[in-house]
Amino acid sequence: MTHTLAEKILAAHVAEVAGASVAARMPEVRPGGLVEVSVDLVLANDITGPIAIREFENLGVKRVFDPTRVVFVADHFAPNKDIQSAEQCRDLRRFARAQGLCYHFDVGRMGIEHVLLPEQGLVGPGDLVVGADSHTCTYGAVGAFATGMGSTDIAVAMGTGHIWMRVPETVRIVYEGQLRPWVGGKDLILYTIGQIGVSGAVYRAIEFAGPVIDTLSMDGRFTMANMAIEAGAKAGLFAVDSTTLAYVDGRTTRPYCAYQADPGATYVRVIEIDASQIEPQVAFPHLPENVRPVSQVGDVQIDQAVIGSCTNGRLEDLRVAARVLQGQHVHPDVRCIVFPGSQQVYLDALREGIVELIVEAGAAVSTPTCGPCLGGHMGVLAAGERAVSTTNRNFRGRMGHPDSEVYLAGPAVAAASAIAGRIVEPQEVVA
Amino acid sequence: MKLTGSVWKYGDNVDTDAIIPARYLNVSVPEKLSEHCMEDIDPAFAGAVQPGDVIVAGENFGCGSSREHAPLAIKTVGIGCVVACSFARIFYRNAINIGLPILECGAAVEHAETGHRLEVDFEGGRIRNLTTGKDYRAKSYPPFMMELLGAGGLVAYTRQRIRSGRLPRQPKHGQQDRTNDGGRTLKTG
Repeated sequence: MTHTLAEKILAAHVAEVAGASVAARMPEVRPGGLVEVSVDLVLANDITGPIAIREFENLGVKRVFDPTRVVFVADHFAPNKDIQSAEQCRDLRRFARAQGLCYHFDVGRMGIEHVLLPEQGLVGPGDLVVGADSHTCTYGAVGAFATGMGSTDIAVAMGTGHIWMRVPETVRIVYEGQLRPWVGGKDLILYTIGQIGVSGAVYRAIEFAGPVIDTLSMDGRFTMANMAIEAGAKAGLFAVDSTTLAYVDGRTTRPYCAYQADPGATYVRVIEIDASQIEPQVAFPHLPENVRPVSQVGDVQIDQAVIGSCTNGRLEDLRVAARVLQGQHVHPDVRCIVFPGSQQVYLDALREGIVELIVEAGAAVSTPTCGPCLGGHMGVLAAGERAVSTTNRNFRGRMGHPDSEVYLAGPAVAAASAIAGRIVEPQEVVA
Repeated sequence: MKLTGSVWKYGDNVDTDAIIPARYLNVSVPEKLSEHCMEDIDPAFAGAVQPGDVIVAGENFGCGSSREHAPLAIKTVGIGCVVACSFARIFYRNAINIGLPILECGAAVEHAETGHRLEVDFEGGRIRNLTTGKDYRAKSYPPFMMELLGAGGLVAYTRQRIRSGRLPRQPKHGQQDRTNDGGRTLKTG
């Protein structure tokens, strides 16, 4: 019997249950089956955490299953944007203290959760991670099975260390060829979502593979895994290779285990993509599947450019943005806001001189926060305004007023568009 | 459980930002959330919906965020059931977990319009469009899901398991046997 990467990680976590239990009735790890699994890490943030805490208190257990494995990150409306947000962050803090949680990240020491956790070594290959945030799938980049759930599921995982899962079918996407200039992980995943649609992988896991993936950086892989959910996927996974090991070694706080998909594993669908044909991509409002090559965007003037987020807030992303912005000026009609994904990314960018280049170009550099991505704060759009953004969603009203628009792109296109005042190809502004 | 209500019909890919915009997520009180339910795609909805009404929608209902605020807002505003062609994965889990009835039935969706009266027998998965007189059968739930629903949601189900000692054993983390399936431990410290 051969297995996909997702199936192998789930199989390694199937819970042992005594008596007439769910797992005893449904032990088989096969697509469509239901299994109860142990979790290696449980995550919640300042939006989803308060409900998870409420439900945890309804559970009837006093302590979390393991205070080293429940992680809280105040990142969505932090630094606190208003009194209610301050109270949500306070509720996280109080619970973290009362439970003695080892990993509670607050302003000044935090980051956007999906940039922060791998960076801090809290997620490793072979881990099974559940988070009360849909972009928890980001950790598939390090070969973990990671998936987003709601607060009630997370409360149960916090209390018991276990959760039920439906074993997903796996879609394998193979990227052949070579990347063109200015094309990165964001363009690959936007192109892919354009091909399969926002429900193209619902209930399924995606395995990203092929020669292009083999040479893709960790930051590019995080970007791709991050947006697996935008095709509806439960997880988006990468095989562990030397790039992964170079990233996780010396970083992970726990032992880890690398799995590979078996040759001949059964996939519900295999998609081959010739990456040589892909130019930088732009997703038009109001779905991430409304993708066009940047050369076919036409005249789209913008009011704001957002560079950062759990999708594109890592050092490599800021380097690309700085390369475009260097020695140039943000268009007078555009607000360009750059959000490093974590304190460490911010510090690294400072030390490399990237922050200086960005500020000199007339862009604002913010402390890490999810803020503008979900129209929370720090860059909310007015009616009729348009933004180009390196974030992951462009649903109606996502970044502010329901009559505003978000165009998704990678950091190169976002930075170039900030200079031009309209969405352009990077080579149009970079000599 | 049987209910009768009026249809509120929406299209494909109704996302969680449409169900409850993120700008209202600075609170988690269900009654506050429900005031803004569907606000950005149907500003009249929250004020006009009647208890027991039914949301009918196309494919991938509830896509996007993991926010449980979305099914909470729908449940609290008074919606008795959501009938869709399909649901986004996280929304599906959340709805079951908090006890918001949801049914998958493309045929019922196709022929229902806003204002039609629907009768829904949730347990049997039977849907009758009282306006057109047509009957439909929704996709049935796996037995485990029925068990969750019967217990009153995931928290109540887990409470029962804790009381009866039916929880799984805690794995000894860091020493889990992951070698029996081809896994290869690369690092142990």
